[in-house]
Amino acid sequence: MKRRKFDAKQMPAKIGNELDDRFKLASPVRGLLTKVFPDHWSFLLGEIALFSFIVLLLTGTFLALFFEPSMVHVVYDGSYTPLRGIGMSKAYESTLHISFDVRGGLVIRQMHHWAALLFVASILVHMGRVFFSGAFRKPREANWVIGFILFILAFFEGLMGYSIPDDGLSGTGLRIVHGITESIPLIGSWAAHALFGGEYPGEVIVTRFYILHVLLIPGIMLALIAVHVGLVFAQKHSQWPGPGRTEHNVVGYRMFPNYVSKQGGFFMLVFAVIALMGGLFQINPIWLFGPYEASVVSSGSQPDFYVMFLDGLVRLFPSWELSGFGFTLPAVFWPAVVGMGVAFTVPLLYPFIERRFTKDKAHHNLLERPRDNPTRTAVGAMVTSIWLITTITGANDIVADKFNISLNAMTWGGRIGIVVIPVITFFITRRICLGLQQHDREVLAHGIETGIMRRDANGRFYEVHQPLTSEVDEHGHPKVLEYNGWTVPKKMNRVGALLPAVKGFFKPVELPSETPRREVEGDDRSREEIEAGRR
Amino acid sequence: MAVATRRRSGWRRRLGAFARFVAALALVGGVYTAFAPGVYAEETDESFQALVEQGEELFNNSCISCHGVNAEGVDGRGPSLIGVGSASVEFQVNSGRMPMAAQTAQAERKPPMFTPEEATAIAAYIQSLGGGPQTPDNIDAMVADVLADPTGLAEGGDLFRVNCSSCHGFSTGGGALSSGGFAPSLAGVPTEQLYQAMLTGPQNMPVFADNQLTPEQKAQVIAYIEYLNTDQDPGGWGLGRFGPSTEGIAIFLVGITTLAVATLWIAGKS
Repeated sequence: MKRRKFDAKQMPAKIGNELDDRFKLASPVRGLLTKVFPDHWSFLLGEIALFSFIVLLLTGTFLALFFEPSMVHVVYDGSYTPLRGIGMSKAYESTLHISFDVRGGLVIRQMHHWAALLFVASILVHMGRVFFSGAFRKPREANWVIGFILFILAFFEGLMGYSIPDDGLSGTGLRIVHGITESIPLIGSWAAHALFGGEYPGEVIVTRFYILHVLLIPGIMLALIAVHVGLVFAQKHSQWPGPGRTEHNVVGYRMFPNYVSKQGGFFMLVFAVIALMGGLFQINPIWLFGPYEASVVSSGSQPDFYVMFLDGLVRLFPSWELSGFGFTLPAVFWPAVVGMGVAFTVPLLYPFIERRFTKDKAHHNLLERPRDNPTRTAVGAMVTSIWLITTITGANDIVADKFNISLNAMTWGGRIGIVVIPVITFFITRRICLGLQQHDREVLAHGIETGIMRRDANGRFYEVHQPLTSEVDEHGHPKVLEYNGWTVPKKMNRVGALLPAVKGFFKPVELPSETPRREVEGDDRSREEIEAGRR
Repeated sequence: MAVATRRRSGWRRRLGAFARFVAALALVGGVYTAFAPGVYAEETDESFQALVEQGEELFNNSCISCHGVNAEGVDGRGPSLIGVGSASVEFQVNSGRMPMAAQTAQAERKPPMFTPEEATAIAAYIQSLGGGPQTPDNIDAMVADVLADPTGLAEGGDLFRVNCSSCHGFSTGGGALSSGGFAPSLAGVPTEQLYQAMLTGPQNMPVFADNQLTPEQKAQVIAYIEYLNTDQDPGGWGLGRFGPSTEGIAIFLVGITTLAVATLWIAGKS
């Protein structure tokens, strides 16, 4: 009997055929793999969030094998000497166990926490990119809303995650969560009782937060991420304006092989950065905080950075307590409950708010440069300044201590700053945007500033400008070019006047040419290449 | 019978008189000694007196402008030091806080102006004025005992978190107080000064007298502080042990920045 020859080259095709015969995969997979996405670095910021979420799932699964979400009282007898013999909850004890007695436990725990910070940080950066480029406009409002819900879920997911080890710092945070819940009028004390299963701290909060943290919220997030990414496929990715790019096409590269390889590599980079941070930088050293005791509140107690803006709002708000009709409305209600409500609903609805003002009902697949919509950019900068002020105020005791500033001065600086700085930021950002717009138009009309100074017969000095087009109008002046919404070259080397710009990360992709370049002036061939929006 | 009785009672009378005489002498001498202890000390401990005199001279040269004649204090400049005790003086002078560089919200640690011997002299002078808490001389031995016994270290940690962390922070790094005041970092502070600070409560710090924290408990707290300050961070670089605030800075400066550069590397730039 003759053995059949094994042809390795034919294997993928054969397997593909066999699969297609059974599952009819060819057409949908072809559509997926040949789908074109635009190429720009800022479009990859959301992927950092996606990939750190995957790292969170992986490391979280490992931690769940060892963590015990129980508030049962035990006495520590592990390897960390300065806590031996101290009474604590089972949750805290098992976290210490992960940190000191499980092989690789500490680095996985730290990776999980760094990945969580990276997740929220990259969501913020990605949200900034979408906001400032106007990518949330019709038809993508729904995806903005989903993305923002994901941010809110990430916020609470992180808060619960760092609360469940039941250490001194997280218990202090939970006490504040309890106080904020209690401050809600009418339902406050009922809600707090329901959440904590009785008086603070009760016996159940760690167990409840745990199941929310590992099952419910991640499940919802996973589903929303699928919809979020699916909508990007379905609605097509928005793109920056440029040559050949219109509202009705997508200019870029195909999913396969370009993005498959790039995204695969980028996932490994994100994983590597998280692993490096988890191995090199200590995060949330719960053994220093000790087990939670109600009497222990350390100075310098901060929440994780994404919750810090709320802490800052609470620190800035005056202690105005209102009473009447037998009720007391504590001061913390305004910054914590109302403040959080505003912070979570106004951005959520921003696409609709903006459309109400602009009355813009058109489809937008081309993005807007931040300068081309000065008001939106100024609003974004204003919100960023508010976020920065409140976040820094959230750590104002540490800033005060380490920079030798009075804590009272920090508080008052924040109080005045949060009123004054956003307004200033709004107007300055708007003016900068308008100035940049004007400069773009100037270059399109008169050409690039060459830096060459000339003196004419009258003794007048003037700078030579390199027009961006060789076409002239009836007076012989260079034609004024239309602005097409993309980068206008503003330096001579952007239009090929100097040696070619070196490209490539580690070594040049193309070596600079040996021959000296032609004179710029009076050379029509180099002018022909000049066009606004040239890549 | 009668002769014998008389003879014996005469002997007893003489013996009794002698005893009464000795008792009277002892009483007078004892009362004298009790009422004039200074004279007794002056005659027997000349070196201590010399120390006090040296301390008085140093005080009159360097401290008198704020703390006043006989350490009675000057309104608006410096408090009276009568009764603060030698431990307080040794803490303030050896940590360089006194003499103050300027009248600020809080005196800061700086290189000391006086040698430890001079500080002891000033402390002896202040002690001679009105007494007060004194530094025990076996602190290092007590701390070493605690470090040898882990349960004491853990109790020290518990005491530290309950009593000290609300100002000095979980990790002994210090923290801000209102109006420019601050709780200093405890890193590198000598054990003796940690003890003296707890005993005397300098500046904004409360006093932890021996009936609040026994000397053994103080030694436990000091042992825990020493442990934290010499222990390596098990998780890598501790980011100053400031907690989530520096972690938040790190994720943007290291994580987001590195990955933003990575996006620029693998994707189109303009």
